[in-house]
Formats: sequence, C-alpha cells, structure tokens
Amino acid sequence: MSKPKLAYYLAGGCGGCDIAVVDLSETLVDVALQLDIVFWAPTVADAKYKDLEAMPDGSIDVGLVSGNVRNSEHEHIVKVMRQKCKVLIAFGICASCGGIKGLVNLHTTEQLLDKAYINTFSTDNPEKILPQTTVVVDGKYELTLPSLMDARPLDQVVKVDYYVGGCPPYHEHIGKAFMALLSGQLPPSGSWITMGKAVCEVCNRNPVLQGKSKKFATTVKRTIDGPPSEDGCLLEEGYLCLGPVTQGDCGSKCPSANVPCRGCGGPIPGVKDFGLRAISAIASMLDNEELVDQIPDPVHLFYRYTLPSSFLGKKIKR
Amino acid sequence: MAWEPRLIVIACHWCTYAGADLAGSLRYSYPPTVHIVRVPCSGRVEPEFIAEALIRGADGVFIGGCHFGDCHYKEGNYKAIRRFNLFKRVATELGVEPDRIQLEWISGSEGKKFAESMTAFDAKIRELGPNPLKGGAQ
Ligand code: SF4
Ligand code: SF4
Ligand code: SF4
Ligand code: FES
Repeated sequence: MSKPKLAYYLAGGCGGCDIAVVDLSETLVDVALQLDIVFWAPTVADAKYKDLEAMPDGSIDVGLVSGNVRNSEHEHIVKVMRQKCKVLIAFGICASCGGIKGLVNLHTTEQLLDKAYINTFSTDNPEKILPQTTVVVDGKYELTLPSLMDARPLDQVVKVDYYVGGCPPYHEHIGKAFMALLSGQLPPSGSWITMGKAVCEVCNRNPVLQGKSKKFATTVKRTIDGPPSEDGCLLEEGYLCLGPVTQGDCGSKCPSANVPCRGCGGPIPGVKDFGLRAISAIASMLDNEELVDQIPDPVHLFYRYTLPSSFLGKKIKR
Repeated sequence: MAWEPRLIVIACHWCTYAGADLAGSLRYSYPPTVHIVRVPCSGRVEPEFIAEALIRGADGVFIGGCHFGDCHYKEGNYKAIRRFNLFKRVATELGVEPDRIQLEWISGSEGKKFAESMTAFDAKIRELGPNPLKGGAQ
C-alpha cells in the first residue's frame, strides 16, 4: 500500500500548531515515515500554493488546517485544501472555533489597523501609512496583499470532517490523533477527536475524584491575587477555572501548574457554544449573586478561544 | 405586513406557568405575541436557550420562575438568576439590548402580575423594534 498523503496549511494562526506537530519528535518519526507530506505551507516545507492547486481533486488523504480564516488568501487556500483532501481536519482551537485571535471580531478593521500601525506607543509612523490591498511600485509593478475579513472558524467556510482542540493541541493527543487517523479508527465525520472527558475529570485538584464534594466559590479571584493552594480546586478557591466545560485532552496541564483552565481544549461533547456553557457552569458554582458582578471582563474570559464560533458573536454590534 | 413582536416566555411549571393559567381563567388579557415554553424549573434554563431563541427569531425572551424560597427544587431559581445575570452581562457586551431579556419571579397565584408583566414586556419590545440578531443561526 502506498503511504497516505498529508497536506498542512497554516491560515490565520501563529505557527504554534505547526511546531506542536514538529515537536512530536519520536512519535512523529514513526508517523512521518508512514506519511507522504505533499504540502506544508507556509512553514515547514518548501511548497507553493500553485503546487497544491495543480494536484488532482481528492488526491490527498488527510489535510490539516491550523489558524482561523481571517483574509481572502486564507479563504481561497482552505477552499483548495477542501477540494484536494479526502479528510479535512480543523487542527487546533483557532481552526476549530476561531481561537484567541478570533477576539479581533470585537473590533472593527479600522480600530485594529489604527492600533497596530498608528496609535501604539512604540510605533513611529508619522505619515500614517496603512497596509493596502494593492500598491504600484515604480509606476509599473503592482503588488497585492490579501484583504482582511472577520475571523471565522474553518467550518464557516468549508465542510470540516474532524476537530482537534488545544492551543496548540497537546503533543500526546496529537500522537493519538495521528495513530487513529493512520489506523482508520476515527469517530463519525463532523466530530471532535477527543477522549471525551472534561479537564476536571482528569484534574488531580478535583475534590470529587477524592470522594469529596465540590464547594461553591465564595470569592472571585484573578491569578494576580496570589497563588492558589497546592492541591485544592481552583474554582472553589475563586479562580475562574473553565475545566468543567473544556475537553481535557491536555491532561489538565494548566491546573497542575497552578493556572486555571482557560478553555483552549474546546467545548466538551454536545456543547455548541463554549462561552454560554461556561457562563452556566461558572454561575452555578458561585455562592451568591454579588459575585457575578465581580467577574472581570467576562467576554474575554468565557470566549477567549471561541468567539467567532459563538451564537451571538457572529452578529456583534460594534 | 406590519411587524409584530415574537416574545418567548420560558415559564417554570410550578409557578409562572400556573400564573399564566390563572390569568387565563380569570380572563386577564395579555398580548397574543407571547409564546410560552414550559420548563420544570427556572434552574433548567440554560443561557443557550436564550441565545438560541434570540438568533432564531425571538424579539424578546422572558424567564419566569418561583419566588425565592418557593422553588420546588430548592435552589433552582438561585442558579437561574446567577446564570441569567452573567449571561446578560456578556450578551450586552456583545451588542444585545439588555431590555430584550428579562427575568421575573411570578407565582401560581399571581395571574394578574403575569398578565401585567406580559403587557409591559410587549410594550418594551415594541419600543425597541425588531431584534437585529435575527437570522444569526447557522
Ligand atoms: S491554536 Fe494556538 S497555537 Fe494553534 S495557531 Fe492558534 S494561536 Fe497558534
Ligand atoms: S475546576 Fe479546575 S481546578 Fe477545579 S477540578 Fe476542575 S479543572 Fe481542576
Ligand atoms: S488546562 Fe485548559 S487552557 Fe490549559 S491546556 Fe488544558 S484545555 Fe488548555
Ligand atoms: S420550581 Fe419554579 S423556579 Fe424552581
């Protein structure tokens, strides 16, 4: 049997997901030997978009897309990826739900350009030059840049077969996901590749796993308000940990490092809108109503990784 | 055709729903724009229900539960108000007009209060006009 063909495209992401795949080190050596990487742009392999465009439709077995869809170039290439790949995977929380970079949707393009190119303290741009989609150099060479759009998760642009959470996905989880892919042991199309447990269920701070019950939080704390206890539940102590509603494929990495889970693993099975379920879970764990108003900046807390995939976030009034 | 609001009222079976019933038997009138959905307890109302109603075409969502101390499941309504208030904070920041979503405690004996609350809610939504979020569903 010939080796399965793999393509990887980094759209509106940071490259962290690419690095996470590369970092698989030993596992990847095994996996890489079993795979024929036909395209990996713009990072790891020296491949051009036209190479991908020239491949026959459906000729690639698995395509991974990391990053959200944020400009016209991303939109074009993810459509090409969909045509060429039999199975298309939203890899990482940016591709799956918009990611932390999806928070751009809270602002207009004008506000963002203004901040990035004019108003930042360290920016020196007296002529207020902003990126343009076309510019003519020396009166004859036309150069173009993609145009910006609202950030979208991959499935708002093309059909997605599988989702992998994490920012970036945890390496052991990636290893398992690749093994599942190679052995054809995949869940039904449209699902998340996950062990299906919440962060809480694999967290060694969880009182329930020690036969105790979870107590209500009687205060609201931020991580800068001092360190939590060694082994108590962060949520009980008032740190707003989103472990109850987040897929725990990372093995509860943040709580074991004294940091509350922020939800990068994506929503637990059955949840369509991460932030809404997180609101519900956290509100139910608070001891009294006053605490609700003490939560600082709830939009960034509950939608840190998933705003573009939210019910209400698609129609934000700005 | 002139726009008529669509109001979704999520009512607890033990109190607000019974209050609506009583309003009916006592012949208090309230606007026909009200569509009641019965739930076992206001603690059953997830923020998803409200958000989904809003993007699927509701112009306003009203949640009715038992007064404190009266919830059949003891603390369902305490949960309900915490979730509701937190949801409202987030929804408002995302551009939903706060008056489109409301929570009130109406008991089974408060038929008149039910009718009055519905009339007031209908009037408020008419003032706000059609919900701009309509059609936001995937
Ligand atoms: S999910 Fe995280 S690591 Fe991956 S591209 Fe997005 S921001 Fe980077
Ligand atoms: S809320 Fe956070 S700290 Fe508490 S058990 Fe869940 S994951 Fe662990
Ligand atoms: S604990 Fe939560 S935020 Fe941290 S890596 Fe795991 S899923 Fe992501
Ligand atoms: S039973 Fe009515 S609010 Fe709980």
